[in-house]
Amino acid sequence: MTYFFQLVVTGLSLGMMYALIGIGFVIIFKCSQAFNIASGQIVMIGGYLAYTFLISYALPLWASIIAAIAVAIVLGLVIERLAVRPLLGQPVLSVVMMTIALAGVLDGVAIMGWGGEYLTYHKSLPNISLSIGSVSVPPSSLLGLIVSVIVVAILMFVFRFTKIGLAMRATAEDEQVTRSLGIKATTVYALVWVIACVVGVSGGVLLGGVSGVSPPLSDIGLKALAVVILGGLDSIGGAIVAGIILGILENLASGYLDPLMPSGGGLANVFPFIVMLLVLVIKPHGLFGLKRIERV
Amino acid sequence: MSLPSGTFAQSYGQDMALVRTKGKWVFFAILLVFVFTIPQWASNSTLTLATVIGITIIAAHGLNILTGNCGLVSMGHSGFMMVGGYTAAILSSKTATPFWAAALVAALVAGVVGIIFGLPSLRIKGFYLIMATVAAYFIISWLILQFRGLTNGTDGLTLPRANVLFGTITTKNQYFYMVMVLTILATIVAKNILRTRAGRAFVAIRDNDLAAEVMGVNLFSYKLLAFFIGCLFAGFAGALSVQFYSFANIEQFPFFDSVWLLGMLIVGGMGSTSGTIYGVIAIKVLQQLATKMGPSLATLVNVQAAVGLALILPGLAIILFLIFAPHGIAQIWERVKNYYQLWPY
Repeated sequence: MTYFFQLVVTGLSLGMMYALIGIGFVIIFKCSQAFNIASGQIVMIGGYLAYTFLISYALPLWASIIAAIAVAIVLGLVIERLAVRPLLGQPVLSVVMMTIALAGVLDGVAIMGWGGEYLTYHKSLPNISLSIGSVSVPPSSLLGLIVSVIVVAILMFVFRFTKIGLAMRATAEDEQVTRSLGIKATTVYALVWVIACVVGVSGGVLLGGVSGVSPPLSDIGLKALAVVILGGLDSIGGAIVAGIILGILENLASGYLDPLMPSGGGLANVFPFIVMLLVLVIKPHGLFGLKRIERV
Repeated sequence: MSLPSGTFAQSYGQDMALVRTKGKWVFFAILLVFVFTIPQWASNSTLTLATVIGITIIAAHGLNILTGNCGLVSMGHSGFMMVGGYTAAILSSKTATPFWAAALVAALVAGVVGIIFGLPSLRIKGFYLIMATVAAYFIISWLILQFRGLTNGTDGLTLPRANVLFGTITTKNQYFYMVMVLTILATIVAKNILRTRAGRAFVAIRDNDLAAEVMGVNLFSYKLLAFFIGCLFAGFAGALSVQFYSFANIEQFPFFDSVWLLGMLIVGGMGSTSGTIYGVIAIKVLQQLATKMGPSLATLVNVQAAVGLALILPGLAIILFLIFAPHGIAQIWERVKNYYQLWPY
């Protein structure tokens, strides 16, 4: 039973990571109907940035986080201005292809800039841990949980109670009406990309602290897509719930089924995709997604 | 297809001909001579590049039918190539099947696997379908690693020399000639598939699937047919690629290859057979360029710089084409042609 709870707890921390990355994806989709496949790459860049500021420049933790977020804001603005805005009004698939190409470019930048090496900085993160009975909660889970809760709370607040949040919700509803009412949709799009990049980079800082940074880290972005599909593409709450579900399920599956597999399993790498395929076949709009009716 | 003035058809045969003008015949003759003399002057690495380009063109034709014409975007094409490659490898290394038969079986198996993973396309499209094909890639590569007895897991399989109908292929030059002949055949087949009833149905589905269904196009069979044909090409290319290196491994078919295949279609021009060829050449040459610059970059930046550059250059090319020329090289070429045909007006 302890084994079970241990798996659930580590799964929870993984799930919060998925949720954090998923939120970045969902925000962009909600407001601009664009799919950002490069979210995993943004996470990876976040991890590398944290390494640079924490280890290479030896800045204190708070300064590194501020610096990483500042870079994330610039990154979001650059991506939106140079790559996304020229594609406004183009078919949805061009934007998808653009973010796929962007994934390649960011991967390349990480390899050029940091040599594609495996780097760690887990000693620089605060070391808090907790144990409930015989189950110990690793510091990474706690940090992930705290950061995700803070991020989600801030986002919920911004969306609900601020003017810009209202503008974002309005743009998500109908861009043309929003423009005619005098809201600058381009500003909203820029802001959305900035938020997504900040969320992704903060996820990367955490994840890099837990497991180290290397180019394969960006694969988590693809797995997080399974989370958004399960939760529904335009639901922030859905991303959180689905992230936790998938994180725990993935951990349980690899914990219990891997030993039964003929060649070692490695089920963790493929489990989210199996779930994704099942969801796509059975309930394509996910748990909380808005169902769209198509007409000619 | 825009024809120069003064070109007209007097019979149905002329109307259906692929090559309509004398200028084009001359162009194709020069192109053929150029392609088949590559081994005479090219260095070893250029010959490898040319062979890989030929193999990739075959795979890209499949993706062009599936994505460019039927509008079903697949990001798992590299996975279907993997199915073909492993089928050919297993057949020729374990059962001593001659290569030509193994490649055909490989193409068929990949096509059938394509149908299985194409089934969700009946319910979902657009981004959801992309995700389903991404899942297909990872599930296929995981399954291949699981059946260790058959596929040797991560160790890979070694293949004997290719045994084609009229003998065994021993040198790289001979392999290059075979790939080029097959590439030309595949191009003709791909071009003609698009001119059949099925090809027109694919375009109707791409432009508006609901309208196509109302007009009597059976979505179920045509979408699956598109997946079958697309993956048939992919499987055949996979078999050729595995035989080229005499070795089959998961690493040969990385996930990003499917991304670059889609990028090749965008750079070349979605839906155009000739555009597919331009796109493959453009992206592959860019990647080769990055690799060539590696040693000089290694001292400037870091050892891995070439790997990074090989990702950045084609990525940037795709983004620039999406923004400035969404219909790719094919459209640019068409514009140039119109310009000089009308010159000086």
